[in-house]
Amino acid sequence: MNLIIEGFAWIFDPAHWTTSSTSQGISEAFVQHIILTGISLLLTVLIAVPLGFYIGHSGRGRQVAIISSNVARAVPSLGLLTVLILAIPIIPGIPNNYLAYIIVFVLLGIPPMLAGAYAGLESVDRETTDAARAVGMTEWQVLTKVEIPLGASLIVGGLRSTTLQIVATVTIGSFLGQVSLGTFIVDGLEQGDFVKMIGGAILVAALALVLDGILALVQRFVVPRRVSRGSIDTGNTAHGMRLRASTPGTPITEGN
Amino acid sequence: MFGSKRGVIAAGALLAGAALLLAGCSSSTSLSGGSTSSSAKTTVTVGSAAFPENVVLGNIYGQALAANGFTVKYHLGIGQRAAYIPALEKGEVNLIPEYSGSILDFLSKTATANTPSDVKAALDKALPKGLTALTPSSAADSDSINVTPAFAAKYNLTSLADLKNVPNLSLAANPEFQTRPDGIKGLESVYGLTGISFQSINDSGGPATLKALLDGTVDSADIYSTTPSILASKLVTLTDPKSLFASQQVVPIVSTSKVSAKLTAVLNKVSAALTTKDLLEFNAETSDATNPVNPVVVAQNWLKKVNLF
Repeated sequence: MNLIIEGFAWIFDPAHWTTSSTSQGISEAFVQHIILTGISLLLTVLIAVPLGFYIGHSGRGRQVAIISSNVARAVPSLGLLTVLILAIPIIPGIPNNYLAYIIVFVLLGIPPMLAGAYAGLESVDRETTDAARAVGMTEWQVLTKVEIPLGASLIVGGLRSTTLQIVATVTIGSFLGQVSLGTFIVDGLEQGDFVKMIGGAILVAALALVLDGILALVQRFVVPRRVSRGSIDTGNTAHGMRLRASTPGTPITEGN
Repeated sequence: MFGSKRGVIAAGALLAGAALLLAGCSSSTSLSGGSTSSSAKTTVTVGSAAFPENVVLGNIYGQALAANGFTVKYHLGIGQRAAYIPALEKGEVNLIPEYSGSILDFLSKTATANTPSDVKAALDKALPKGLTALTPSSAADSDSINVTPAFAAKYNLTSLADLKNVPNLSLAANPEFQTRPDGIKGLESVYGLTGISFQSINDSGGPATLKALLDGTVDSADIYSTTPSILASKLVTLTDPKSLFASQQVVPIVSTSKVSAKLTAVLNKVSAALTTKDLLEFNAETSDATNPVNPVVVAQNWLKKVNLF
């Protein structure tokens, strides 16, 4: 317990925020951590979300996606990172080894995002999408006006898992020279400075919690009213009829 | 039908994995023989740090002891000092090949000894109760700051003192170099360097460090003096005229409870025969790109060559 208090004290000591030849500053490490997380997250979303929507909407390629993303999960990230750093030469315009780090973080980030995207779409009641088609919606309209809004909760849920995965994994870059919040954890261990280690761990955990908190709020707001996980909350029977008539994507239960 | 087939495949994969794990276990303990009482003085668990040279040294100690009637168990490749010194103190391992200056710095943050005899004397004092340092070997593996030939030519560098000519010097090394008394702090206080930009690369002067140096990510790098890449990449090792880097002789650290006249005699023979050139050869053999030799075999070959037992 004492060590955790010392860890907090270490974080709030202003001397630890600036970089000198004998100590890494928190500010620079924090900025680097955010930059790497941000770029990796953006690329992950750009790759995994359209792919997940395609799979979820068409129902095609699901097995391939599940298998390949699980294989990606099993890749030892530190090993892959080392190999990539040694293999990729310096590219003008790209800071030190950024490409190698980002490839690894994106690979790790894709599986949960992909799963969230297609599971979100799959969670939408089949009858609802059929109804949307029946009223003359194009496939694009079915996707954007029915499936994505109704699946939004699971889609953002996938984004939350991906964000946590990437924020936590950026730390391993510090084994190979990348400055990040992981620097304090890796260097602290080797320098026998356990307070520094705890301080770094607290910073990573705090960053992860803050980002997850923001996304939890987003998750709450993107979900259409009275909808949870792809189906209408039918608890409120008083307005049930009106809702059915007015909200796109309302399930019309057949055979009742 | 399909489901059960998949089940069979999964079970097969599990079995194969378990078999691999068991094979890994058995190969690491195959030299231990039948041990009944691990507390006996003649049963020794040999450990080592997680880099090839140290693993070879651990194997040499172990094989030399085994050839002299000791029952030897191996626990090689235990990370860095922060991991294996506690293991040594707890008695999980009893013998580790160490480097006199580095272990002293690890144990005593204020150590200033540099010469071999001073370092050994200070080490004897600094070692925790229950651990003993035997006679060091003349073989040494010390820190050395290296630059590329082009960089050395550009700034006219031959010794650490010349680094003063380099503006915004950047240096890659293991994380502990940043806080060690004979690391960055020593470069600043002993050689008067200022504003060094430190990059920690945690591979003990290995391939990632070498690549950063060669592609210009950093100006200079701490690479151990017995690393083959210094020769292979024609790096310029800067001389250390003010003896900043402490003497780093190979020294066996033993649990005091296991020290006996016989054990001391065996390890002293090994230490006396070992040279710095041997260390360089161990590293060249274990890291050979086309045909790397297993550390166990490297140790066997060396013991055959010196013909001690």
